Amino acid sequence: MLPETTVAELEQIAARYPEKRSGLLPMLHLVQSVEGRVTPEGIETCAEILEISPAEVSGVATFYTMYKRKPVGDYHVGVCTNTLCAVMGGDEIFARLKDHLDVGNDETTEEAPGKKSITLEHLECNAACDYAPVMMVNWEFMDNQTPDSAVTVVDDLRAGKEVTSTRGPRICTWREAERVLAGFPDGRVDEGPAAGEASLLGLRIAEDRGWTAPSADASGETGTEPTTAEGAAEEADTARAETETKQQEAADE
Amino acid sequence: MSDVNTLTPVLTKDWGTDRSWTLPVYESRGGYASLKKALTMAQDDIIAAVKDSGLRGRGGAGFPTGMKWSFIPQDNPKPKYLVVNADESEPGTCKDTPLMMASPHVLVEGVIISSFAIRANTAFIYIRGEILHVIRRVQAAVAEAYAAGHLGKNIHGSGYDLDVVVHAGAGAYICGEETALLEGLEGRRGQPRLRPPFPAVAGLYASPTVINNVESIASVPSIIEHGAEWFSSMGTEKSKGYGIFSLSGHVTRPGQYEAPLGITLRELIDLSGGMREGHRLKFWTPGGSSTPLLTDEHLDLPLDFEGMAGAGTMLGTRAIQLFDETTCVVRAVLRWTEFYKHESCGKCTPCREGTWWLVQTLAAIERGEGSEADLDLLLDQCENILGRSFCALGDGATSPISSSIQYFRDEYVAHLTHGGCPLDPAASTVWGSSLTRSGA
Amino acid sequence: MTTTPEKAGTQGAVETVSVTIDGVQVDVPKETLVIRAAEQIGVQIPRFCDHPLLAPAGACRQCLVEVPDAGNGRGFPKPQASCTLPVADGMVVNTQATSESADKAQQGVMEFLLINHPLDCPVCDKGGECPLQNQAMSNGRGESRFVGSGSGGVKRTFPKPINLSPQVLLDRERCIVCQRCTRFAEEIPGDPFIALVERGAQQQIGIAENAPFLSYFAGNTIQICPVGALTSESYRFRSRPFDLVSSPAVAEHDACGSAIRVDHRRGKVMRRLAGNDPEVNEEWITDKDRFAFTYATETDRLTYPQVRDEDGELRPASWPEAFSVAARGLADARAAGGVGVLTGGRLTGEDAYAYSKFARVALGTNDIDFRARPHSAEEADFLAAHVVATGPEGPDGGSVTYGDLESAATVVLVGFEPEDEAGAIFLRLRKAALHSGTRVLAIAPFTTRGLSKMHGTLIPTAPGDEPAAVASLLAHAEHGLDATSVILVGERLATVPGGFSAVADLVAKSGAKVAWVPRRAGDRGALETGCLPTLLPGGRPVADPQARVDAATAWGVDSLPEKAGRDGNAIVAALGAGELAGLVIGGVDPADTADSAATRDAIERARFVVALDVRASDVTRAADVVFPVAPVVDKAGTYVNWEGRPRPFEAVLGSPSSLPDLRVLAGIAEELGTTLGFRTVAEVWSQMEDIGPWDGARATMTPVAAAQKDHLGDPAGGLVLSTWKQLLDQGTMQAGDKHLAATARPAVAKVSRAVYDAVGPTVTLTGERGSVTLPAEPVDDLVDGVVWVPTNSSGLGLLTDLAPPGARVTITGGDA
Repeated sequence: MLPETTVAELEQIAARYPEKRSGLLPMLHLVQSVEGRVTPEGIETCAEILEISPAEVSGVATFYTMYKRKPVGDYHVGVCTNTLCAVMGGDEIFARLKDHLDVGNDETTEEAPGKKSITLEHLECNAACDYAPVMMVNWEFMDNQTPDSAVTVVDDLRAGKEVTSTRGPRICTWREAERVLAGFPDGRVDEGPAAGEASLLGLRIAEDRGWTAPSADASGETGTEPTTAEGAAEEADTARAETETKQQEAADE
Repeated sequence: MSDVNTLTPVLTKDWGTDRSWTLPVYESRGGYASLKKALTMAQDDIIAAVKDSGLRGRGGAGFPTGMKWSFIPQDNPKPKYLVVNADESEPGTCKDTPLMMASPHVLVEGVIISSFAIRANTAFIYIRGEILHVIRRVQAAVAEAYAAGHLGKNIHGSGYDLDVVVHAGAGAYICGEETALLEGLEGRRGQPRLRPPFPAVAGLYASPTVINNVESIASVPSIIEHGAEWFSSMGTEKSKGYGIFSLSGHVTRPGQYEAPLGITLRELIDLSGGMREGHRLKFWTPGGSSTPLLTDEHLDLPLDFEGMAGAGTMLGTRAIQLFDETTCVVRAVLRWTEFYKHESCGKCTPCREGTWWLVQTLAAIERGEGSEADLDLLLDQCENILGRSFCALGDGATSPISSSIQYFRDEYVAHLTHGGCPLDPAASTVWGSSLTRSGA
Repeated sequence: MTTTPEKAGTQGAVETVSVTIDGVQVDVPKETLVIRAAEQIGVQIPRFCDHPLLAPAGACRQCLVEVPDAGNGRGFPKPQASCTLPVADGMVVNTQATSESADKAQQGVMEFLLINHPLDCPVCDKGGECPLQNQAMSNGRGESRFVGSGSGGVKRTFPKPINLSPQVLLDRERCIVCQRCTRFAEEIPGDPFIALVERGAQQQIGIAENAPFLSYFAGNTIQICPVGALTSESYRFRSRPFDLVSSPAVAEHDACGSAIRVDHRRGKVMRRLAGNDPEVNEEWITDKDRFAFTYATETDRLTYPQVRDEDGELRPASWPEAFSVAARGLADARAAGGVGVLTGGRLTGEDAYAYSKFARVALGTNDIDFRARPHSAEEADFLAAHVVATGPEGPDGGSVTYGDLESAATVVLVGFEPEDEAGAIFLRLRKAALHSGTRVLAIAPFTTRGLSKMHGTLIPTAPGDEPAAVASLLAHAEHGLDATSVILVGERLATVPGGFSAVADLVAKSGAKVAWVPRRAGDRGALETGCLPTLLPGGRPVADPQARVDAATAWGVDSLPEKAGRDGNAIVAALGAGELAGLVIGGVDPADTADSAATRDAIERARFVVALDVRASDVTRAADVVFPVAPVVDKAGTYVNWEGRPRPFEAVLGSPSSLPDLRVLAGIAEELGTTLGFRTVAEVWSQMEDIGPWDGARATMTPVAAAQKDHLGDPAGGLVLSTWKQLLDQGTMQAGDKHLAATARPAVAKVSRAVYDAVGPTVTLTGERGSVTLPAEPVDDLVDGVVWVPTNSSGLGLLTDLAPPGARVTITGGDA
């Protein structure tokens, strides 16, 4: 079974929410931080605390891709291979790392004396497209990678050298990262900059050229929005919003 | 290009400031003044201000934010909830992430004002789990806000109580869909819910719930501070205000550009230094991969809801991914399709099975196998998914395929006649460009 | 395909709306889903995830239709799922019958469903009765475009099959993840031990490691699976649907009267399914009802009569010889002190009637009792005063029905655990609690899993304290009962002196309705037909001379015995004491009786025993004449369920040598020189109809005082034993299906947390009849001083091995 302190923390997570089942996602993050993966014991413990069936917990644990059923290494290295990053070089980086670490997707490097282990995975878009190609180490940004820079990062990680995110803090272990995701801060919040360079490009240009948002006394024509939900939905962008609003109206009538 | 104020930094204005994520810095730059003002306002007046501002949802669908708030039945005795959708996962979309990293307090302040307006006493910020440092910053901002009395009981003596919970997701694009997000927030598999009932009536815990995108909520303090007229002075007739435009891909300087809605891609590309040297724009997404592709024919269209709808696509999240002529459109579309297959929640047949099939058909074409009839088959599969699936994910999966065949049918055919991809993938990489240039 | 049956007789005025479907205007109740409205005009929209008894999912998207007008003049731009769309007044719907776009949408979905389906219909159990197969034919294209595209499609494959439970298997390749099974498990029995796992195209049904799908109702998922993904170990690969003959029947395992369908081939039952009876079991049955039928074909099935010869051995005999030997022996015994009649719970109403009449007319006695279990005179009094001759059609709205459970504000359970003892009641109560806000209160020693699934409230009560707990309900304002309340009292209350009296008192004072729920299918019919020492058929009190005359007249005899007979316990005692000389015994397992040793001893001591049974047993081995009788599958008959609702059925299998009890008793009676006036089930039924229920005065009940409370809190005195039978246990009618048996809940002793900490995890209980050693399980809200053990899940059964219910047992840490 899980350590008593972990069970207490799991209960603490559940208690953050008006209904305790809401705690399940962070609870599973905590299970991973302790167990190195989602274990059957972790599933059972969560089920007991939340008074749901282990099958229901299992259903959740297998739905979300951040939950791992095989043990994860000391570090989780993800390479974005969604279209934009792939085109910009993510495919090459990923191929290079597979070759260099001698692992396939979602596999972990073999144990070696004095070496930290790495689990390699290709990722979907990680919301850093202006820094493509992007690599994530324990879900910290490693922006603007090349095959060579990526190899340097994983070599440093394996050798136990300190590695720092290009837009964030010193890299902790995967288990430590999972603990933060469970809602237990690790004190690294103030490390790293406010923003990377790409994030600041528009701001810099505006500053250079003296562009700002209008002054507070600027005024535009208000009240131009549609007055009915129906109208709003038709103007909204998805067919879904339209369909649903119509359904709602039909239901209301 | 217009000569004045092409860019309008509001949300991004503090990003370059040292330690901008901390409360003291945020307050020193005027932060939380809007909250104090809002707490003196009638709650319905706040809703009216947001309505009057013309703010439309910044998460993609563009539904008027104030109207969404007004759907909350205030006579419903159940608790009301505000849920912030910070599950930024649409390929190409990368605006909320830097916003929360650099300026988490503008989000928190927006959350407090918005919750106050809809009479919610508990709010949740659902952040995708894969952006660890962003989660740290938001967690800390919420903790600072509690310590400063912006959150908790009797906020600044107003008698208003609010708790905010920061919730880390765990890897599921579908949780960007608001009802799937609610499922995730309730500790379930992120599969979209049947509607009705709509979240405004029965959302989180079957209680009235507003779900808004990060950027929408973060825009609220500025509307309260400067007024609805100020906000609506920016933008176009039906697409008011400013928004963050995220440029990525084969431009010289990919990055974030905050501008009034209605700016054109030509203007944005100019600001970012043009397409990378020696190359030209081939295709782009206006608002993420789920919005149908456009080409260099569309450089001068206004980037607002109406302008994009007029071109058969959507403004979406203003996630502008630009690809130059080195990029194989079939490869790009196949990769997106693999993404949709990977992210399909599995609930409904057209999306679950359709994406499985689309990938196989596209992959065969990319390998140069099959015949031109397979293109029509692809389009028919898309037709059988579009509007048939349970939620918009299935629709999104068809967008890149149908639009790319519309504009680049010849390139698909070339794969078949060429027996594979006629383009060299190395040429489209960041480093490949310099190689091709030096070799040219 | 599952469609909604039309409800007979709708109550009250239902607001209707008018919709136009395929050009046909139809008025349907508001809130009706389009898919059901279409059924009203005979249009079958194809569907998979939709099931009328489950909440709408909208998952499979097979039922897409075109809605050019949502009722507000505007149409939907895209096809809509008709299984989730409620009708609106003026709505216009075009289905695949009239709309090209709806038809294309449906064909498209069907094509998607089939791309990853193995199309192994020729070897699939579902082939021939498969909604996917059928609707692929009616609403799909003949040739797949998947195979032809590109390099040819690659199907998703899984290793197959996997066990969801020892009984239920899953072939994931065939699954279309419609979620009917998972929705059933969660919504209907509240057993969400299966769930969707994985995501996207890999999404599948799964269980957690080491946590199989152990639900008493699991088999229903197999039946509602619209493809061949779920199969049972029992039936898998045994038969093809088109080789089977289906016969409607009624389940024989409890008093619910659940409708079933028996599928058989060449005289052999291959499987059983739930029937669809909205007023009774809806479309659900327990796994016992579904899988427990092989007992009738066990090797110990009796197939010919036997008589005991001079050297004391049983030998085969012809029917005439057996009749004559039995008659001779019974005549002698009748002369030598009398003959008692003990019947078990498996009898049909017609067979019970035959025993009742045989006792009175052929044996001249009222010494007859159907209660082959702990029972009391107080109970018999209660049954005579409050239960017999009531039914749904009776005066004042009739007796309590399943429907009443849904409309009741409060339902009180006394001495009754529905999930174990009456599955259909459990499901209906859970439905009532979830959807109608019915409040369930249980007078019991702890919160069972069943009670929590009914969102019920425990009134913590130790065995013996039920009378006080029942009485307290009147005083408790919060539990305030009124005329809309229902009290369901189980047969087990007979072990508590004063229990039935307290219930009768509560009924009188609160106006609540009461129903008695026995465990066995035949019990209520036996009560109605007079298999009690104090009652003649139709509820005629033996003590009432007019009632006796009435029955005697109907039977064409001069008189009937006046003296109230002995009940089961007294018959056993009298046989043991030599006061009674003979015994006719049918379908009784001594292990079920209050004092099993005494019952065995009585059978041994009786001078002459005639046994009627389906299978050889200790009783038949001790008898002087043994008659094989037909299992229920071989005969027609009627069960009367707990509501008092007759549940008639025809014979499923015709087997000329397999005779019902009534035919055997008629044969013996004829040899005794008495004619019972029937030889067939139909003749008995017609006699029963002629006699009808008693229209004279009902018997009244003499209240019995509750026993003095001595115990509890006196640890030296040991723990009070609480016990009942789990749904699946060692019962003889569950023999022969090891997969079913493997899904039974294990035998554990439930103890308080304190006791567990002191003596767990294995405990030895010692009572007046012996000791049992079992794993212990702590139960947080178990009443102090109580231990609960299942009655028949280990050893020879608790009544033989340990002590009777309510007795004191001592507990020690077990070393086994």
